[in-house]
Amino acid sequence: MSSKLKILVPVKRVLDHQIKPLVNAAHDGVQTQGCKFSINPFDDIAIEEALRIKTNRSKDVDSTHAISIGVDKCQDILRNCLAKGIDSVSLVETSEPLEPLAVAKLLAHEVKEKKYNVVLMGKQAIDDDSNNTGQMLAALLNWPQATNACKVEFNDSVTSCKVTREIDGGEETVEASLPLVITTDLRLNQPRYVGLSKLMKVKRVKIPKLSLSEHFPDVDIKSKLTTLSINEPQSKPPGIMLKNVDELVSKLKDAKLI
Amino acid sequence: MLKLSRTAVKNCKLLSVFKRSLTCSPNVRLSSSLLVSNCNSIKKTFTPINCAGSIRSYSNGPNAVKLTSEVYPNVHRNNHYKKLSSDDLEYFNSILSKQEIMYTGTGNNLQELDLYNEDWMKKYKGQSHLVLKPKSVEKISLILNYCNEEKLAVVPQGGNTDLVGASVPVFDEIILSLNNLNQIREFDPVSGILKCDAGVILENADNYLREHDHIFPLDLGAKGSCHVGGVCATNAGGLRLLRYGSLHGSVLGLEVVMPNGDIVSSMHSLRKDNTGYDLKQLFIGAEGTLGIITGVSILTQPKPQAINVSFLAVQNYEAVQKVFVKAKKELAEILSAFEFMDQRSIQLTKKHIEKDTPFPLEEEYPFYILIETSGSNKAHDDAKLETFLESAMESEIVIDGTIAQDETELQNLWKWREMIPESSQCQGGVYKYDVSLPLKDLYSLVEVVNKKLVEADLLGSAPKPVIAAVGYGHVGDGNLHLNVATRLYSKEIECTLEPFVYEYVSSKHGSISAEHGLGFQKKNYISYTKSEPEIKMMKDLKKHYDSNGIMNPYKFI
Repeated sequence: MSSKLKILVPVKRVLDHQIKPLVNAAHDGVQTQGCKFSINPFDDIAIEEALRIKTNRSKDVDSTHAISIGVDKCQDILRNCLAKGIDSVSLVETSEPLEPLAVAKLLAHEVKEKKYNVVLMGKQAIDDDSNNTGQMLAALLNWPQATNACKVEFNDSVTSCKVTREIDGGEETVEASLPLVITTDLRLNQPRYVGLSKLMKVKRVKIPKLSLSEHFPDVDIKSKLTTLSINEPQSKPPGIMLKNVDELVSKLKDAKLI
Repeated sequence: MLKLSRTAVKNCKLLSVFKRSLTCSPNVRLSSSLLVSNCNSIKKTFTPINCAGSIRSYSNGPNAVKLTSEVYPNVHRNNHYKKLSSDDLEYFNSILSKQEIMYTGTGNNLQELDLYNEDWMKKYKGQSHLVLKPKSVEKISLILNYCNEEKLAVVPQGGNTDLVGASVPVFDEIILSLNNLNQIREFDPVSGILKCDAGVILENADNYLREHDHIFPLDLGAKGSCHVGGVCATNAGGLRLLRYGSLHGSVLGLEVVMPNGDIVSSMHSLRKDNTGYDLKQLFIGAEGTLGIITGVSILTQPKPQAINVSFLAVQNYEAVQKVFVKAKKELAEILSAFEFMDQRSIQLTKKHIEKDTPFPLEEEYPFYILIETSGSNKAHDDAKLETFLESAMESEIVIDGTIAQDETELQNLWKWREMIPESSQCQGGVYKYDVSLPLKDLYSLVEVVNKKLVEADLLGSAPKPVIAAVGYGHVGDGNLHLNVATRLYSKEIECTLEPFVYEYVSSKHGSISAEHGLGFQKKNYISYTKSEPEIKMMKDLKKHYDSNGIMNPYKFI
């Protein structure tokens, strides 16, 4: 049985990865006031891969859809996805930060309802670095998963997919039949720039919003964890210059290292 | 390739950087300063070849820098200057510590001072045996006083990123490097006034200021190695001049050591001070010919909260001007940079950096524009820029473009402008002309130069010596950089270009040096821009304050 690819790409809006995050005064999060937010870089790679699949296997692709879960401002990154060539987007609006499990449940709900057969997503978001959502989603859907992909190849009849994964010291190639969850690693591709004219065209497109209470009434998104406090790593004391080996030996002895 | 800063992805980042560095060809020079010095140190591994009777101790590599005195046999050492003696060394040793002196000995082996004797472009090379790197202003005062008495010629040197051969010796002048005078003295976050030593590296000063929510009012490609004192001495312009004005405005005071050792300081830092002559202005742009700048007091600017960069493509130079007028009007106070690049300059840069930095547009176009906005309110800036871009696209002045979506893209877009100088240099050499012209005539210079090079049968694929004559620059300031990228330096190319370029600029009432200065390269051409009485006044000043002429001799004055 061969059916066309219906690709879902979940994207997250995060603090720009070039900005050094600072812990806020309440020690329950990072400062966000006036900071630049961008698409999670791994998700950007997932978007790029979806676009490349769409271009290279145009006959085999039914549609590509990007979804984001978060505040109203997520519209910006979704609009960029549209400008780059993703067919459609939607936003699940919430101002509450959600744990990976909650996100996975919401995505699973969407996948089942809209009948996607491939979920292509970043292996982790750079704000919480959890690296959980893709795996949890696969478990909830009872789908195979191929994580940390650096190469994605569908077979001719698009019934299965070969994924090369980056692992310590080398590469591992796995193959799974569809439907499938794929999470993307850094070296999968190089995301494109968004063209100005296309950006202008989608500027006024209304982005469909899904409300938690209306669309996901049965999904339990309550947090299972409580954040006690967030602290910056201890700063390392600066190095010192020593004049000779004797001094080094005595310092090491003082520190009871030898 | 994305660079991620968070710890969890650190390994990926390191790995990717590592992989990249492996794939880079060893000839490719990656980024401004540090790597340049690496290249120099690599050279040291060449086996020295002793040419009998020649001062040069090694050469032969195709990129070995020729001595200025050999390339320009008409320039002679002035015998009025004393040659360095053992007594002189003894004196310097008595006032300086070991770390403050680099001396090669009396022999012909000057390799260890190559970094100081050669200029950044690998075009000029002096033969100095001695580099002094004093750690205090008082020591500089003692040194200059001594050199003045003994008639020892001195070249002040900052980061040595100069582009006209001003910061390297021509013959055996002593190099006085400001490298060790590199402390921030004080910063007042209320007034935004920064006081620092002249040898502070521009990027370090900027990073320090950023921690205090301010920025240095000047930014340029060489920021990783050029010094704050050096940019003042050469009156560097750079990328933000459009927004923050020239150093003549932002420098509030200087501390200068005069040739006789006097320390003249105007570091008192008042924004308004109308008491007599504004003497500090004399040293801004004097290229170290009147005294050595040792301290700088400068008005810095609040750090912008929101920065946007857009990279646009247009069909012709007329459109560049149209976009500029439109940007000034519609972006107004948030416009912080307006740079243009021609197709050939981007083609050269592509060869150099495209492997690591994908080109932002799908096709090539005749001209590109980089617009930067910086302001205090992101939503406000975004809205303004979007409206501007929308109408520019609708009216079809702008035919293609992109806008940076995150910080990485922003930095990568800037690379396409900032890497042009390096890209035009890395295949052998470059003849650089930095001119001011009325905006309407700005690009015509590139066209006539290309025509002239074709007529002289110099331009084309190898073995013809010239790769391309490319144009880019700061439209906002009427400043064009004409770079003639070559496979080698040759007299034939030089004679085709000079004085033709200067004559052309002069005929259009432009300046033959907008921001690079005159130095050694343009020393004979000052009269194309300055009048006789002006030149005479400069000479009078020089004679008065440096009667022995020890400060940076053989240069423009």
